[in-house]
Amino acid sequence: MGPSCEANQWRERGADPTMPLAEPTLRMLDCGESALVVEFGSSIDPAINARVHGLARRLNQAAHAGVLETVPTYRSLMVLFDPLILHRDVLKQIIASSCAAPDESHASAAGILTLIPVAYGANFGPDLAFVAQHNGLSEEQVIALHTSTPCLVYMLGFTPGFPYLGGMNPRLATPRLESPRQSIPAGSVGIAGAQTGIYPVTSPGGWRLIGRTPLTLFHPQTQQPFLFSAGEYLQFTQISAAEFEQIHADVAAGRYTPLRRPLSQGGDRVHGA
Amino acid sequence: MFTVLEPGQLTSVQDQGRRGFRAYGVTTSGAMDRLALTIANLLAGNPSTSAALEMTLRGPRLRFARPAFAAISGADMQVRLNGQPVANWSSFAIPAGAELAFEHATSGCRAYLALHGGIPVPLVMGSRSTDLRAQIGGLDGRMLRAGDDLPVPDAPLPKLALALPPEMLPRYASPGTLRVMMGPQEELFTAAGIATFLGQPYAVTHRNDRMGYVLEGPKIAHSGAPDIVSDALCPGSVQVPGSGLPIVMGSDCQTTGGYAKIATVIGPDLMRLAQSKAGDVIRFAACTDAEAVQALREERALYQHIESAVHQLRG
Repeated sequence: MGPSCEANQWRERGADPTMPLAEPTLRMLDCGESALVVEFGSSIDPAINARVHGLARRLNQAAHAGVLETVPTYRSLMVLFDPLILHRDVLKQIIASSCAAPDESHASAAGILTLIPVAYGANFGPDLAFVAQHNGLSEEQVIALHTSTPCLVYMLGFTPGFPYLGGMNPRLATPRLESPRQSIPAGSVGIAGAQTGIYPVTSPGGWRLIGRTPLTLFHPQTQQPFLFSAGEYLQFTQISAAEFEQIHADVAAGRYTPLRRPLSQGGDRVHGA
Repeated sequence: MFTVLEPGQLTSVQDQGRRGFRAYGVTTSGAMDRLALTIANLLAGNPSTSAALEMTLRGPRLRFARPAFAAISGADMQVRLNGQPVANWSSFAIPAGAELAFEHATSGCRAYLALHGGIPVPLVMGSRSTDLRAQIGGLDGRMLRAGDDLPVPDAPLPKLALALPPEMLPRYASPGTLRVMMGPQEELFTAAGIATFLGQPYAVTHRNDRMGYVLEGPKIAHSGAPDIVSDALCPGSVQVPGSGLPIVMGSDCQTTGGYAKIATVIGPDLMRLAQSKAGDVIRFAACTDAEAVQALREERALYQHIESAVHQLRG
């Protein structure tokens, strides 16, 4: 139950600036007559994921007739298309030349960071004490580590708006609950193995809950149903219980604007991303 | 307005699906049998994109407060209007106060009821389809319940009732052979595993819903681990977890998954799985991209043919 904990099974690999980027592997795989999967690698790796989002951005901006939807995941991009409008071979050529060209959109479109205010501990995060104890840390240290670095949103899935995040400090890694909770409140922030995440909607799950954000991650009735996109970054920031209630009320009244800014401001250090 | 007297087993509002949000983890939803939905809409004088009711195995009983013009398609649920039988794959007028009753499906699994003008529930993220898991779209994001009132459009009604000619009727007696395009991860299976998948029969089980169909049959051998780094799924994807038993994904399938996918059922054949029931036997046959695209071309040509025939008859 709950999203799979990929980062446990598939060790994250940090980007190594000494590795040449030339001749990266690229495979185009059939996924039925109306979809193609462009695979950039086979591991969970920020550099590979950046290429996935780069291609998604370029295809979405170019808006080729017949391209219906792109779905970025850890290391591949699914392109859904209408084969009666766009021939598969033509789509493959578009993708190949798009991947060969330098990504000029990268600097402007990538690296957006959304601040996620989180009330830690107590009723908001009933497992904070366990996570601290399990890792030989104080609760304050857990919070400091959890809020210290931006996290890359590798992809969204499982439920609408659920972010698969990279970049959590490995000192916070904690196994899942042995038996999942029946209902976890929307906005809960948790840890499962080496991964951290947010539950956008109320659902069952086995993650260790350390806090909760008053933000709504899924607004289906609005023009902007989601707070952030895959390929962007999140950074958790601590708030008090009083601030939680205030922001929660502001969100409900439509008065709250989430803080979003370019990643580079403020000298962010990015771990695992 | 029409009122749900009995909801049936699983009745929900569906259109052609919610496009553009799979990147955010939102499934497409939409009719499981897009062919039946499209034909019902065309017979009702609607664009193919209108929302209709999708009914599963046992249909609802509905009372219409106002006159409407309807079309039914898909599984045969022995429909009666004020007690009088109504032919499947036809359109007909519903007088004010009438009761429209669906029973058990005698062939197929999913039936569609289109009303002229569509079912005007609010658009959510560009679609009226019910996403049962995310609880959005349709009527409050859920299946219909007894006592529900649904809106009907305020539009002038067509007068001419139509029926699909018998030679055009899809046959749901047996799902038969579903064509697949191999991949995206057929390399993660042994040659024997692929031969099993393409050579052996698989039975539809009770573990089936709008998300996917777990099939029963000979185990498909992986060449290594069954798990992959999670990547994107689409309707038709055939996942094979460690059990070796294939799972064919449906309209409500999650957007990503972590099991190796041996093949993808082509879109034009997926509706035959959607019309299958537990115990039905299916086989898989590999086809080329060109064959799959040709099948899609034929499906679209059928819609055009019906649309122009309806247009001509209505003058």
